[in-house]
Amino acid sequence: MLAKRIIPCLDVKDGRTVKGVNFVDLRDAGDPVELAYEYSQQGADELVFLDITATHEGRKTTIDLVKAVARQVNIPFTIGGGINEIKDADILLNAGADKISINSAAVRNPDLINQMAAAFGAQFVVVAVDTRSIESQDFVHLSGGRIKTEINTLDWILEAQERGAGEILLTSMDHDGTKNGFDNGFLKAVNDRIHIPLIASGGAGNQQHFVDVFQQTNVDAALAASVFHYGEILIPDLKHTLRHNGIVVR
Amino acid sequence: MIGIINYGAGNIFSLTAALERVGLSYGMINTAEEIDLYDRIIIPGVGHAGAAMNKLRESGLVPYIKELRKPVLGICVGMQLLTDYSEEGEAEMLKLFPLKTLHFEAGVAGKVPHMGWNSISIQANNPLFANIEDQSYFYFVHSYYIEYDTAFTAAKCDYGLPFSAAISKDNFFGVQFHPEKSGKAGEQLLLNFSTIQLD
Repeated sequence: MLAKRIIPCLDVKDGRTVKGVNFVDLRDAGDPVELAYEYSQQGADELVFLDITATHEGRKTTIDLVKAVARQVNIPFTIGGGINEIKDADILLNAGADKISINSAAVRNPDLINQMAAAFGAQFVVVAVDTRSIESQDFVHLSGGRIKTEINTLDWILEAQERGAGEILLTSMDHDGTKNGFDNGFLKAVNDRIHIPLIASGGAGNQQHFVDVFQQTNVDAALAASVFHYGEILIPDLKHTLRHNGIVVR
Repeated sequence: MIGIINYGAGNIFSLTAALERVGLSYGMINTAEEIDLYDRIIIPGVGHAGAAMNKLRESGLVPYIKELRKPVLGICVGMQLLTDYSEEGEAEMLKLFPLKTLHFEAGVAGKVPHMGWNSISIQANNPLFANIEDQSYFYFVHSYYIEYDTAFTAAKCDYGLPFSAAISKDNFFGVQFHPEKSGKAGEQLLLNFSTIQLD
């Protein structure tokens, strides 16, 4: 059976992780490569790196980082942030990234999804969507949830799928950082409508939240950052709990 | 030493990185003469199967690959190239296995692409899977699959229907999953391939 995936997400700036990490005795907790290796050893199924580097010089560091991760880590990983054109994606692919994630750039230029899928295959293209609910309507947001658009979230996800996205990473900004659980109602509504894999993001606070999101929405994967980085949830324990609840995990 | 057929179908950085992690040396095969430098061959491949077959034809290596008697491992699209035919691009392939590469129909198989870790049922005594437990998980990402066949399927996977996770026939082997991204089990498989002795 296809296993449900658990995905730690690492925020990276200028080649360094920006959120604190204190779950293991790492020599250098700011080193994303060492952290990625540790997660792979713990049983993470996949990794996402979100690059928030602003400068051109920093982007070169990111490419070195991607190469180092590809050399040392034996599970797939996605890199997102700062990818605006085919050329950006091509460099990351050749550096060993398994997938790239595009967010605002795809909203500004939806044809980018078609171009990426045609150039590299749908399996390489993750479309990340940040959503917020306003008066019971879901709207796509940009720039980490700060900028509201008039685009209906489900409509946008269906369009992204139609244009050739291989996977959707859906973050509920209303739930993100709350540790009160995933946005299961909306995740289920989206998951029931699409035929490509869906990664749930935003709101994980304890192991039960992962059980709930898989049981209630049947999404393909769940992503979290701080609960893993701060050691509040250890991946082997989480896998055990999921298995105990009848959820297929690796 | 392992030779990698370098015909331009997708990025091979992850593959070479995995070979380095497990301590295997390798080189690139660009011409027919270079095939003789290696005692076993990997055919990688990602992307569109029809397009990959066209690139392989352009490389001029097709007749030499078909005649190979040393161990050959096709990975992902590289495995699909070994079959008769692919629905992706309605393309004629190398015809080393009398099997077809078919498209996962949405609804039958669940979501397409089939993406993530799936467990496989391993045929007993296949040297490619030595020291790998039955029902181990491997990382898959594909929208086309090779039909299940009792004669040639070396490992079976289920995704709404049974399909070939691995095939083998004489010196030819193929895996649909990505051993270079499949944790320790994948690394073991690469090590196994590096030591396969043919009768």
